Amino acid sequence: MTNEHVSKTNVREQYEYRRKKNAKEMKLQVVTFALMIFLTLIAFMAVGFSEHIPVKFIAPFILLLAIIQVIFQLYYFMHANHKGHELPMFYMYCGAATAFLTILAFCTIVWW
Amino acid sequence: MNVEGKFTPQTWPDSPEKQTLEGKNKFLGFWLFLGGETVLFATLFATYLALKEKGSSITTEELFSMPLVFAMTMLLLSSSLTSVYAIYHMKNYNFKLMQAWFLLTVFLGFGFLCLEIYEFYHYVHGEHFTYSSSAFSSAYYTLVGTHGAHVTFGLLWFIALLVRNAKRGLNLYNAPKYYVASLYWHFIDVVWVFIFTVVYLMGMVG
Repeated sequence: MTNEHVSKTNVREQYEYRRKKNAKEMKLQVVTFALMIFLTLIAFMAVGFSEHIPVKFIAPFILLLAIIQVIFQLYYFMHANHKGHELPMFYMYCGAATAFLTILAFCTIVWW
Repeated sequence: MNVEGKFTPQTWPDSPEKQTLEGKNKFLGFWLFLGGETVLFATLFATYLALKEKGSSITTEELFSMPLVFAMTMLLLSSSLTSVYAIYHMKNYNFKLMQAWFLLTVFLGFGFLCLEIYEFYHYVHGEHFTYSSSAFSSAYYTLVGTHGAHVTFGLLWFIALLVRNAKRGLNLYNAPKYYVASLYWHFIDVVWVFIFTVVYLMGMVG
């Protein structure tokens, strides 16, 4: 086998590997999407049938569903589960921590 | 790697958005921007929660309609999936399918925007719930309107990319541009998840 032949086989193998990897990831994305739709439906149904469910339970429950859905969105749709996302996720968690503190302060120690 | 060079599906690299220095910087810088956007929206959410139903004769339960919010949510969630499909085709160096999926994303996003405009129009003319009606109405329109402005900007951004690169095809110069625009679109969806939960659904249970 010549060198040229080896490198051609390599390119083809790498290409096929990438295609398969991308197709596998896309399948996972569709599953993620189905789960997100499912969570959304549960949240809307919890509010739609609010006469049968205690109101104090609904708010934290749908908030939890929203947080789970956002984690799906960040880690799958925005590819944060791929390597090289350490610094981006550091930025996002800093943003989320600031967001949490701001909302907590406005809802508790600031009065209007 | 040559930025403007021609590729084939075989020679197209893995993670094309991060192959050039510009692409790497764009990727990191854009995530930093999204961290900042998180804080921007947090301040608007905090103001909304603090001023909810303050100085207003109309309650959130009377105002919001579940079928409309549900339709808007489904449109925006689906548009998030279609942009994932577009990036999938970008990674496989399939320019035409990438453009087609982004175009579908634009249509779904436009549908969302039309429903939001209808909603605001209905509130202003049907319910006499205007921007200056009360502290609550100002906080509501500022929060949901800022999100709507982001949707509008995202749509214009996509259209600009689709038109500008229509004849150019895919290369390492524009791959990071498409990738970053899709990140922006997902972030808009993230914000909407909190808006439909905190503003609409929590508003409907009182």
